Order: sequence, then structure tokens, then C-alpha cells
Amino acid sequence: MEKKEKRKLSLHKFLYNDNTVGYTFALPFIIGFLGFTIVPMIVSMYYSFTDYNLIKQENFIGLDNYIRLFQDVRFLKSVRVTLKYVFFSVPLKLAFALFIAYLLTRKSKAVTFYRSLYYIPSLIGGSIAVSLVWKELFSSKGLINSILMNLGIEKVSWFGDQKLAMVPLILMTVWQFGSSMIIFAAGLKEIPSTYYEAAKIDGANKGQSFVKITLPCLSPIILYNLVMQTISAFMAFTQAFVITKGGPNDATNFYSLYVYNQAFKYYDMGYASAMSWVMLVVMSLITLLIFKSSKRWVFSEAGQE
Amino acid sequence: MMGIKFRKQIGKVLYHAFVLCFGFVMVYPVLWMITGSLKNNVEILNGSLSLIPPNWRWENFANGFRGFGGITFVTFFKNSFIVTVIATFATVVSSACVAYSFARIKYRGRKVLFTAMLCTMMLPGQIILIPQYIIYNKLGMVGSILPLVLPHFFGQAFFIYQMMQFMAGIPRELDEAATIDGCSKYTIFSRVILPLLKPALVTTVIIQFYWKWDDFMGPLIYLNKPQDYTVSIAIKLFADASSTTDYGAMFAMSTLSLLPVFLIFLFFNKYLVEGISTSGLKG
Repeated sequence: MEKKEKRKLSLHKFLYNDNTVGYTFALPFIIGFLGFTIVPMIVSMYYSFTDYNLIKQENFIGLDNYIRLFQDVRFLKSVRVTLKYVFFSVPLKLAFALFIAYLLTRKSKAVTFYRSLYYIPSLIGGSIAVSLVWKELFSSKGLINSILMNLGIEKVSWFGDQKLAMVPLILMTVWQFGSSMIIFAAGLKEIPSTYYEAAKIDGANKGQSFVKITLPCLSPIILYNLVMQTISAFMAFTQAFVITKGGPNDATNFYSLYVYNQAFKYYDMGYASAMSWVMLVVMSLITLLIFKSSKRWVFSEAGQE
Repeated sequence: MMGIKFRKQIGKVLYHAFVLCFGFVMVYPVLWMITGSLKNNVEILNGSLSLIPPNWRWENFANGFRGFGGITFVTFFKNSFIVTVIATFATVVSSACVAYSFARIKYRGRKVLFTAMLCTMMLPGQIILIPQYIIYNKLGMVGSILPLVLPHFFGQAFFIYQMMQFMAGIPRELDEAATIDGCSKYTIFSRVILPLLKPALVTTVIIQFYWKWDDFMGPLIYLNKPQDYTVSIAIKLFADASSTTDYGAMFAMSTLSLLPVFLIFLFFNKYLVEGISTSGLKG
């Protein structure tokens, strides 16, 4: 009788122990992290050294996939194209988002409505519907060209010209600035108005206080937006897949589109795995570079309350 | 005196006029798509600026709904709803549990797990896309909705982090009071934390619903039978179906596909904006 009681007590103790409770609640993440991140990463590492194609048994081919990558002209071009896209779309998008957020900081009831209005493009941004609309807008007889012709400018073959095909894709990304805008708007609200009043007394104009007060105070948020948007820009897929299909002549053959095609069109899984790993390295380097450089331009005082 | 006041008034009017006009330009493509669902091919393709259809072609909706290959859009909408609802529900529940463990319980290994979670947040999804496909393929799950919903049962770093931020704002005294009243950590979670977490849960539901509803790549890779397709894949195929796409019908289905997103936005606008500004939504 006493023994049973004791065992019950120790079971109770075990169940309500902080370690047990902690691991119980964290269990979904632990399983998910192992099953959906660590194991796939190991698997991907292994397959990147093989010629696996989903059908036949894979052969271990060492570094062949990686060597092949650096001799693959299309691959090198897709790296260049992706970097170009990230390099133009992210800063443009952030600048635009900051501009609109700044524009919508007035104390007015209408501002809430305006923010919703400006957020709408981002709301549906990831959807296939918007990509299809964009494709029509920039088609040869589309709306953009008819506006250009009304202005007396010759119409442009957006998707037929290697140099121009990227432009509609970048514009579409910039157009979906909503979430960055809202984060900026929240940051702007945090800046004490006394800062601006003091600057005004010191004789600073609006432009000066923007550069000397707004930007430094926002710098932690700029960093956050920059990192998040850079990562998501590297993964851009749907636009290129739907609107340009990577063309013309691979001018918009984004990295993730090329990985997709190698994996699911040619079933070259080993090669695609190697490509993913190179992508991870490139992205990590760029993220690291952003973080390293941030020490020079992010003022952490502003981030702490 | 009057002069300054007057100038201020003018400035105000100019400001609102500019913001409204610019906002109109921003949403123009969306409006163009919605009204395009009532136009005919010629109207859509000749680049007309007009938002008003010359004659309202409601039949576009009927034509669109017919779908392709004998499968109507009713099926595609149903599929999208099933996937989205399961995935969203799973994400909210699992992420809340994990967030609670990170935010409120002290246990060995917590820091390591938390760091691991932050890493997954920064990890590009595409690196694990292919191996995941290979694994699902070996498990025989490709062609079912399992790969689209399964990962959501194990918490999502982005939402876990967001909920942790929110929990940090819930006073610890509440936990202590509940402990004194005889609550265990399990009941504190279900009786104290979860009810107070509601705003964060609602935000998670909305954002995850959007992501899942609009998801294109997942269904593109994992679904291979037309009767299982989600709306996003169906619209793409509808556009590709033949050389003579019925653009009006395509826009009609596109508009309908965005309807749930718009409705949720309309009802939960406040939550959404708050959720994004505290957590930072990608996109």
C-alpha cells in the first residue's frame, strides 16, 4: 500500500517537474526541428554528392555536382540575375515603404484607412491571381503600354527584351511594400516627439531632422526589414514562374526557379540539392555581411526602451 | 493669423488629395482585376484604362466555375479550404504550446532549443524543399495533402516568436497567483495564458490563413491529381488550359479566390495591422 502511494507520488513529481513540463510543451518543436529541418538537411547534403533522380538507385559521385555548377553557364547567370533582382528590389521596396509610412504618420483619423488602402496590394501579393494580372498589365498590348502610347512614348516589349524583363518583376515586388510599411509606421510612432521639438528649436528643417533623428532612431527596424526582405527576395519564385517563365533567354531565371526546374522538370535531385547548398552559403554570406555592416549604422539605443 | 490658418487648411486638403490619388494608383491593378471579371477578352486585352465594363458579363463567373476537365471550381475551393483550415488550426495550437514552454518554463536545454528556433527562422525554406520532397516521396505521401499540412503540427518559428513576445507582456504574477490556487503548469497554460493570448492567436490565424490560401509552390509540387488541386493551381492551369484563354472567366475566378482574404481583412483589419507591427510579417 505504502509502496504504491510512493510510486504515485514520484510519478506526480515527474509529471509536474519543470523539465518534464518544458519538454512536453516544446515537444512539437523538437519533433519538427529534427524531422522537418535537421533530417532533410542531412538528406540534402548526402544527395548533393549523388546523381539521384527519383527513379534509379543513386550513385555517389563526390564533388561532381558542385564542379558541374561552376561550369554551368545557366546557373552562373541565374546567380547574377538573382543578385541583381535582390539588389534593386529590396532597397527600392524599403525606401518606398519608409516614404509611405512617413507620409502616413499624421494625426488624423483617415490615416488608419489610408494604411489599409496601401496595404491591399501586399495582402494579396503572394497569390497567383496578382501575378496573372501583372502579366496582362505589362503585355505588349497591355495597360502599361497603352498609357505609354498615350503619353507619346513608343510601346515597350517588356517580356521580350532581356534588359527589361526584370523591370515588371521588380516593380511588382516594390508594389507589395505593405508589411514593411506597417513595421516602419510602428517604429515611427515610438520616436519621442520631444526629439523633433528640440531639433526645431535648434533650427533644423524637416529634411535635417529626418536624417539626424528619424533614420538613426529607425535603424534597428531598417536592419530587421532589410534582413527579412533580402531573405524573401532570394526565394522569389511565383512571379518568375508565372509571368516570365525565366525568360527571355534566362534573363529572369531566378535561383529558386532554376532549382525548381532542375528538381521537378528534369528530376535531377542530386544537382538541385547541391544548388540549394550553394544558395544557403550565398545567402548566409550576404546576411552576415548585412549584420557586420550594421554595427556601423545601427544605433542600438533606439531599439531599447 | 488668418493667412497661416488658411495655408494650413490648403496643406491639409493637398495632403489628403495626394494620399488618396496615390492610393488609388496603388490599388488600381486590383480594381482592374476585379472589374476585369465582368469584361470580355477584347476589353481586357486591348489595354483599356477604364474600370467600368461596357456591358457587365456576369456569365464570366458561370463560365469560370465550370473549371476544366470536368472538375468545377467548387472542388478546388473545397480543397483549398480543407488544406488551409487544417494547417492554420495546427499551427496555432502547436505554436502556442511551444511558445509557452520557451516563455514561461525554466528547464535544461531551453536556450539551445530557442537558438535552434531562431536559426530555422532565418533558414531559407528552399534548402529543405527538395529533401523534404524526396522523403515524402519515399514515404508514399506525394499526391496527397499530407505534405501540405503535416509540417504545421510542429510549430512555426515565426509564430512561436511572435507569441513569445506577446506572452512577455502577460504579468508573471498571474502565474504565481494561479500556482497558489493550486494550478499546475498545464492548467496555467489552458486557463490563464491561452485566454489572454487571444489577440496573438487571432493574428496567427489570419496571417497563416493568408499564407496557406495563397500558397502556390506547395500544391504545385505535391498535388498531382486535378481533383485534389487547390484554387491557386487551378487558376494557373485554367490560364494555361488552351491557347484561347477566357480572360474574363480567369479574372472572375481570381477575384473569387481573393474573396476570403478580403473578407478576413475587412473584419480583422485592426488585429492584422497590430500583429504585423509587433512581429514583422514577410512579403
